[in-house]
Amino acid sequence: MKLSLTPEQTAAVEGARAFARARLHPRVTEFEERGVPKELVRELGDAGLLGALVGDEWGGRPLDPVTWGLVTEEIGKVCCNTRYILTVHASIVAGTLARWGSAAQKSEWLPRLARGEALAAFALSEPDVGSDAASVRTCYEKTDDGFILRGAKRWTSLGALADVFLVIARDANGENGRAVTAFLVPRQLAGVRVEPIRGMMAARGSHIAELHFDNVKLSRADAVGRPGAGFTYVTSTALDLGRYSVAWSAVAVAQAAIEAMVSYALRREQFGRPLQDFQLVKAMVGDAVTDTHAARALCLHAGELRRAADPEAIMATNVAKQFAARVATRTTAAALQLHGANGLSSDYDVERLFREARVLEIIEGSTQIQQLLLGDYGLQTYARATGYP
Amino acid sequence: MATISSVRKFIQGNVLAQKQNVTLSDDDDIFRLGFVNSMMALKLVTFIEKEFNIKVADDELDISTFSTISQIRQFLQRKLGNPIES
Repeated sequence: MKLSLTPEQTAAVEGARAFARARLHPRVTEFEERGVPKELVRELGDAGLLGALVGDEWGGRPLDPVTWGLVTEEIGKVCCNTRYILTVHASIVAGTLARWGSAAQKSEWLPRLARGEALAAFALSEPDVGSDAASVRTCYEKTDDGFILRGAKRWTSLGALADVFLVIARDANGENGRAVTAFLVPRQLAGVRVEPIRGMMAARGSHIAELHFDNVKLSRADAVGRPGAGFTYVTSTALDLGRYSVAWSAVAVAQAAIEAMVSYALRREQFGRPLQDFQLVKAMVGDAVTDTHAARALCLHAGELRRAADPEAIMATNVAKQFAARVATRTTAAALQLHGANGLSSDYDVERLFREARVLEIIEGSTQIQQLLLGDYGLQTYARATGYP
Repeated sequence: MATISSVRKFIQGNVLAQKQNVTLSDDDDIFRLGFVNSMMALKLVTFIEKEFNIKVADDELDISTFSTISQIRQFLQRKLGNPIES
């Protein structure tokens, strides 16, 4: 697909590429070992990479969905840990707040998030709640002037570093399924406790944490949207934004794997010939290219629908996320295989890319959850075409 | 001009196409009947915004607002300040 980008769109993508090359590439290993540093968040903000979903009136630098996707690919190709900041902070939290936040919440938080003065994380998953996100156990009780929040969240990307959390909780006394609310919870509030999670296979530098909320007092103004609409609309918006970002992240990882394959195939010799001369190697590269181009096309399609505010954008995003995440798994596995034993070594990028790809089939709706959703969608969408009932 | 029938058609096309012998009245709660998951709810809001050229505000974000065709109609009449045709 030949993209026709405006000069402004091209500048945004090229700016992200230059930033990744200059500021991220030399530090990928450092970030893996120590985590992305807080000052990088400010640097991303200064580079205009955090305000893509924030309006001008709130100090953002808005980008259309297609350009934002291409920017995410540029950053994700080089450093997955930094890309989590784009996905979680800039897409999920800033985007959801821009859509459903109150005027006061927007004016308090969006400029700071866009500039990188504050880092945000999304707290949905729990020790006992993953795919069944509507069944969160973290709960709140209404008080005369606000809410009391209790519970724990797990696998919160950026959690150990974040200044504010978008927390999804249920009404302790409410009707199941209709009583979930999203809250903005500043980290410094009494009762908020953060425990970094170590020993992760991937996303090692993204400050994954477990969060504890021990009777945290919140005001009415801390609720995002009306109490009770937190899952149906706020969480759905957050997940939709997250899926779009993850879909592009998967394209990024797959593209990086292709480039690693090609680089290795051109230079590595066996049986007196470079790997590129072997037909099975060509087949591996060919499949990877086909898969990755198809994944990118699905992402671009979803992006165009999002730009048009088309209701079909939501399912197109699911399609893109599910396919692209599987492509990332297949392509990084092929890249590792092509490298042989070298592929198992952290001296080569494919070892890291293989690990990072696995995350993408789990977060923001696992591949299996996506299959169920898309199966229902297919049955609904094409039932009429079959003449049913 | 957008009418409530476009909303009715959208809901039927998106949640009832694979269901036999199911009809939806304007007062049926699509959430309580289990026809709508959270993604469909978001899709419905996106459709309404595009169809009627409006933006749903954060303080209008109540699950009951979009739970029945009648409620959607009332919401649109309040929002647009004029009656919504069938």
